[in-house]
Amino acid sequence: MNTALALPAPAGGLRRRISDLLYTRRGLLLLALLAPPLLWFGVIYLGSLFALLANAFFGIDDFTGQVVREFTLRNFVEIGNPANLDVVRRSVTMAVAVTLACVAIAFPLAYYMARYATGAQKALLYIAVMLPLWSSYLVRLYAWKLLLAREGAISWLAHELHLVWLLDALLSLPSIGGPSLSFSAIGTFIVFVYMWLPFMILPVQAAIERIPGSYIEASGDLGASPALTLRKVILPLALPGIAAGSIFTFSLTLGDYIIPQVIGDSTRYIGQVVYMQQGVAGNLPFAAAFSLVPIVVVGVYLWLAKRMGAFDAL
Amino acid sequence: MRSEPRAGWGLKAAAWGAIAFLHIPLALIILYAFSAEDKSYVFPPPALTTQWFGVAWQREDVWAAIQLSFEVAAWSTAIAVVLGALAAAALARTTFFGRDAISLLLILPIALPGVITGIALRSAYGTLHIPFSFWTIVIGHATFCVVVVFNNAIARLRRLNPNLIEASMDLGADGFQTVRHIILPQLGSALLAGALLAFALSFDEVIVTTFTAGQQTTLPIWMLQELIRPRQRPVTNVVAVVIIALTFIPILGAYWLTRADEPAHR
Repeated sequence: MNTALALPAPAGGLRRRISDLLYTRRGLLLLALLAPPLLWFGVIYLGSLFALLANAFFGIDDFTGQVVREFTLRNFVEIGNPANLDVVRRSVTMAVAVTLACVAIAFPLAYYMARYATGAQKALLYIAVMLPLWSSYLVRLYAWKLLLAREGAISWLAHELHLVWLLDALLSLPSIGGPSLSFSAIGTFIVFVYMWLPFMILPVQAAIERIPGSYIEASGDLGASPALTLRKVILPLALPGIAAGSIFTFSLTLGDYIIPQVIGDSTRYIGQVVYMQQGVAGNLPFAAAFSLVPIVVVGVYLWLAKRMGAFDAL
Repeated sequence: MRSEPRAGWGLKAAAWGAIAFLHIPLALIILYAFSAEDKSYVFPPPALTTQWFGVAWQREDVWAAIQLSFEVAAWSTAIAVVLGALAAAALARTTFFGRDAISLLLILPIALPGVITGIALRSAYGTLHIPFSFWTIVIGHATFCVVVVFNNAIARLRRLNPNLIEASMDLGADGFQTVRHIILPQLGSALLAGALLAFALSFDEVIVTTFTAGQQTTLPIWMLQELIRPRQRPVTNVVAVVIIALTFIPILGAYWLTRADEPAHR
C-alpha cells in the first residue's frame, strides 16, 4: 500500500488518529462496537439468568420466609410432586394442541399468500398478519373476554344460528368444558391459538415461498394428484417453516401466565405457578426452579425436532 | 412463481377465514367502546354512545399510566437503538469466533418465555437488594427491545453497498465523517423503523413488567388489573381502542419504512 505515501498527510488531530486506528485495526473497531451491547447483555441479562439459576438451588426459611443462600435440591424434589407434575403435563398438552391447531389454520393462509397472492393483495395480507402480531396482547385478550362471555358475541351467534345445543354440548364435556366459554379450557385453547397464530403464518409462508414452482409442476407432470403433491412435495419442504413457527407457539404457550388467568377454569399452568410462587407465596427459589421446566421442555422439543430432520432443509 | 392460475374456493375460504379470525376480535373492541351498556359484555350492544370517551378522558389514573408507559418506552427505545445499532454494525459484514453466540444472546430475551426473563431480572434485583423503580422497568424493556432494532439495522446494512464506504474514505473522509454522512443517512429509516417497533413492544409489554415494576402501574398493568377484576368496563373499552390506535401507527410506520428490506415483499 505505497499509494498512501503519495497522498498528502491528512490533517492531524485526535479524531483523525482514532479514526485511522479503528480503520486499520479491524479487531479494535469490532471491540469498540461490541463492548456496549455485550456489557449490557453479559452483565444484566446473563447475570440475571445466572441469578435465576443460583436461586433455583437456594431454599427458603419456613419461619421467616427469607431466602436462605445454601445449596439445596429441595425445589427440584418438590417439582416432582403429583400436583406440580400435573401442571407440567397440562401445560405441555396445551402447548402441543395449540401448535397443531396453529399449523392447521396457518398452512392454507400461508400457502395462499406465498403462491397465489400478488402485488397489492399480497402486501395487504402481509399487513393483515403483521398487525395482530405486533398489536397489543392485552387488548386482544380483552377482545376474547368480550367474545367468549356468556352474554357475548359467540353465545349470541349460536343463538341466532340455533346452535345453542352444540355450544352446550361442548361446554358439558368433562375436563375441558365449563359454565361458559370464558371459564373453560376450550376458551383458553382458542385464545392461545388466536394469540400465537401470526407467529406460525409468517415462517410457513416464507418456507413455501422458497419452494420452486417447477417442483410442483414436475410432481403433477409425473402423475401425482394435488393431494399427493401436497403430502410428498410441499409439506416436507415447508417443514422447516412449521418447525420454526412451532418453536414460538410451543414456547409462548408454556411461558404464558396471563391468558389462563383471564380466560379459563381455575386449573393452573406453568407460568401461573411461577408467577404466584414469586409473588403471593414469596418463594422465589421455588419459582426459579420451576421456571427452568419450560426451558428444559423447549430444549427437549428442539432436540426432537432436530432428530426428526426438521432443520435439515434450513 | 405461480404454477396454478387460480386458487380453489376451499383454499380461498380457508385463507380469508384465517384473516377474519385474526381481525374480527379487534373490530369488536372498537364496537364495544361505543356500547351504552356498562354492566356486562352483552352482544349486540343495546345502544351506541360516545359518552365513555369523555368519562375516560377525565380519569387521572389512566393518564398517569399512559405517562409512565410513554416514559418507559422512550427510555427503553433510546437504549435499544444505541445497543442494537452498535451490535448490527459489528455483526453485519464480519465473521469471527462467537459471532453466532452473540446473535443468539440478543434474540434470547424474546425467544425464551417472557416469564423467564421476568423472573431472572426479579431474582437479580432480589439478590442484589435493588428496590423496584422506574429504571428496573426500563432495564427489562431495553433488553428485549434490542433485538428488534438489531434485526432492522442488520437487514439494511447487508443491503448497503460497501463501495460507498470505500469511496468516502478515498475522498478523504475519516471514519467518523463516513459514519455521519454515508452510513447513518442510509441506515436512518431502518433505525427509525426498529425504534418504532421497539416503542410499540415496550408500550405494550406486561409479562416482564409485572416482575420488575413493584407497585408502579404502566398502561398494560392497568389493563391487566381490569381484565382480572373488571371494575369500569366502559373506561376499559375506551382505553383498549386508544391502545390499538397508539400501536397501529408505529407498526404501519415501521412497515412502510422497511418494506424494501424484506426480500419476499420487494
